[in-house]
Amino acid sequence: MNKFMLGKKAGMTQMFDTEGNVIPVTVIECGPIDVIQRKTNGVDTYEAVKVGFSDQKENRVNRPDMGQFKKADINPKRFIKEFHVAEDSELKVGDRLVVSDCFEVGDRVDVSGVSKGKGFAGNVKRHGQKGGREAHGSKYHRRVGSLGPSATPARVRKGKKLPGQMGNINVTVQNLEVVVVDGERNILVVKGAVPGVPGGYLSIKATVKRQKA
Amino acid sequence: MDLIKAVEQTQLKESYPNLGIGDHVRVHLLISEGTRERIQIFEGTVIARKGEGLSETITVRRLSYGVGVERVFPLHSPKVTQIDVVRKGRVRRAKLYYLRGRVGKAAKVKEKLPTRK
Repeated sequence: MNKFMLGKKAGMTQMFDTEGNVIPVTVIECGPIDVIQRKTNGVDTYEAVKVGFSDQKENRVNRPDMGQFKKADINPKRFIKEFHVAEDSELKVGDRLVVSDCFEVGDRVDVSGVSKGKGFAGNVKRHGQKGGREAHGSKYHRRVGSLGPSATPARVRKGKKLPGQMGNINVTVQNLEVVVVDGERNILVVKGAVPGVPGGYLSIKATVKRQKA
Repeated sequence: MDLIKAVEQTQLKESYPNLGIGDHVRVHLLISEGTRERIQIFEGTVIARKGEGLSETITVRRLSYGVGVERVFPLHSPKVTQIDVVRKGRVRRAKLYYLRGRVGKAAKVKEKLPTRK
């Protein structure tokens, strides 16, 4: 079974588990995805499929991509990703996968997406540092603090936590439980939060975490 | 948004309790002790109603041995088997948090009687 999917975050809500407890869930509009290209050991030195999700207007697609879609004879897609597959995988160009082909309730998945951008953030927000007193004569409010020792090493050490862009990067949340799979309506529901805004694109894979036997 | 509603639809209860703020209610709660299951009843005044869809909850307040006890029940929880309205309340607020500071007769909600013709 191919354990990967592409989707679009719809948003979060609550559900009840089998014991009647409330669990937080994220609803994902998941698939269907079309296989655009099959990469093989012989030609590409690795085994993978390139898949696309969510139709796109033709005039919004650049020419190299358009060529690929033409060759595969499928509609232009907005979100394209590659997933590794086994050498004997039966997937071929033009195949269509729906979410029920890939996941079952109870599976564990990793979900990747672009996180919400926070802009240029200081250390208090970006690294969770404490900051100083706001009053009582304190002039040290939300500043960075010491950059390290002086004469040796006479430079700022690598990895020093400093202000900068926060968010708007690729983030993966690992080991989320699949709660609902609906192949007809293309719905995947996972327990917990996933990166990004509602409407953001996500790629979903079987988890890399080892499961308890 | 529609997808979220579609997901919630699968767990929504069919019967939607007709209850208002200030009502005196009896909430039937399914308690499982090991393998045994029994019904526990929590009786009190509805002081708040929050959320929508599957996440909708009510807050029920009662006085137990002189101590105020509030419990929040998700309306659509399978553990909440039944909600009986014992008495309708006459109130002019959506949230009755002002009851928290009161004791005795001041902490009572007046009953809403059927309107006379």
